Amino acid sequence: MADPKKKKLSPVQQQYQELAKKREPRRPVLKNCLRAFVSGGTICLVGQAIQQMFIHWGGFPKEKASNPTVAVLILVSVILTSLGVYDKFAQWAGAGSAVPVTGFANAMASAAIEHRSEGVVLGIGGKMFKLAGPVIVFGTVTAFVVGICHWLFG
Amino acid sequence: MLQGHQSWVFERKPVLLGTATVVGPFEGQGPLADDFDIIHGDLSVGQQSWEKAERTLLEEAVKLAIENAGLTKDQVQFYVGGDLTNQIISNSFAARSLSIPYLGVFGACSTSMESLALAAQLVDSGAARYVVAGTCSHNATAEKQYRYPTEYGSQKPPTAQFTVTGAGAAVVADKGEGPAVTRATIGRVVDMGIKDPFNLGAAMAPAAVDTIEAHLRDFRIEPGYYDVIATGDLSGVGHPLAKDLFRRHGIPIDQTHFTDCGLLIYDFEKQKVQAGASGCGCSAVVTYGHLLKRMRRGEIRRMLIVATGALLSPISYQQGESIPCIAHAVAIEAE
Repeated sequence: MADPKKKKLSPVQQQYQELAKKREPRRPVLKNCLRAFVSGGTICLVGQAIQQMFIHWGGFPKEKASNPTVAVLILVSVILTSLGVYDKFAQWAGAGSAVPVTGFANAMASAAIEHRSEGVVLGIGGKMFKLAGPVIVFGTVTAFVVGICHWLFG
Repeated sequence: MLQGHQSWVFERKPVLLGTATVVGPFEGQGPLADDFDIIHGDLSVGQQSWEKAERTLLEEAVKLAIENAGLTKDQVQFYVGGDLTNQIISNSFAARSLSIPYLGVFGACSTSMESLALAAQLVDSGAARYVVAGTCSHNATAEKQYRYPTEYGSQKPPTAQFTVTGAGAAVVADKGEGPAVTRATIGRVVDMGIKDPFNLGAAMAPAAVDTIEAHLRDFRIEPGYYDVIATGDLSGVGHPLAKDLFRRHGIPIDQTHFTDCGLLIYDFEKQKVQAGASGCGCSAVVTYGHLLKRMRRGEIRRMLIVATGALLSPISYQQGESIPCIAHAVAIEAE
């Protein structure tokens, strides 16, 4: 009885949960990892190709080329979200489509589309960050902590 | 009239005078397509919001059910209905345009049989001659309210279920031609401590088993009394679990054809719906469409529909609460 959550359950509940656990189809973790690796890697490869194009033909210096690259990837992701394709791709790709910047763009665009019917201000404006908000909040907090560490030990 | 501890027997045998089912495009691609009255090719049903689309499905189903019963809506005394949206707006707003005296009910996905049981009770007790029971669900409104925006790319686990886009309605009458609603059992809320909102089948299975066992006990019958016992939306995970529980409790469920509406509506080979279907619309359209058609063809004489509902809200599961569940059973017999 190491798990404190389980202690609150009655014996009948515990018995049932064991049974339910046995009947629960497992998430195909290995397959999901492979798919995430392939799809996430492909998105990054495409991103790299776009960046090279901006360096070679766009006349961008190496340090500045990542900004237009991210903009292109976000645009593509938003278009695919609007066409109703991105969520289907994500069911296959899993983390591979969620982790790159395209996943972040999808989180914002999908919320904006979904809540459009509730108005431009409260619907789009208010609910656009429903899913992306935590990423920004905890990203900023993490950056702050890392910044302090860097200042102390760096 | 009360029978046993928690069941009703309808002695005047109210009949299902007319029923109607309206579904969305994805359900129209499934194996039961021929059993539905209206199949919409457009998920938004030509409306500007998902909520309006869901309401439209229900309005169509209720109007068509009344028409199929050979009645006009001013002859119907009461409308009993509910759905999954917050404050059951689909039903209340549909009732506004139907202008039939209205009782809104909520039992999550068990609302289909909750409303039918109440409608039959109203007719059986002489409180009304004609009552409509209706319910609906829409994939996009359910996703939006309970999970994520529809276009958000999140990977669903294999235990997840797909909410049916559809509405079903039935006119219950004190006399006439049609299958009779003979019995009902009102379920208790059962909570086995399951917390995963992506595994509702496992959460709801014990509630279905509890209600079926109460039904068998109250009427002193065995499962073999019914040709079909169909649960609402336990699907691929919950349905085998319910069978396991019956085996443990020594109930001979194999005497009957024990099936689940959530396993019937989609083609698992072609349609990627993880564990199966869910939603108020699931049990409503499968019962009022598919199963009643089979009864009219003489393939089923007696059936027990056990609609299952998970009584969670997005707030309750975010606060770490477990998922309380309920199931209501209604028996339908060929005339």
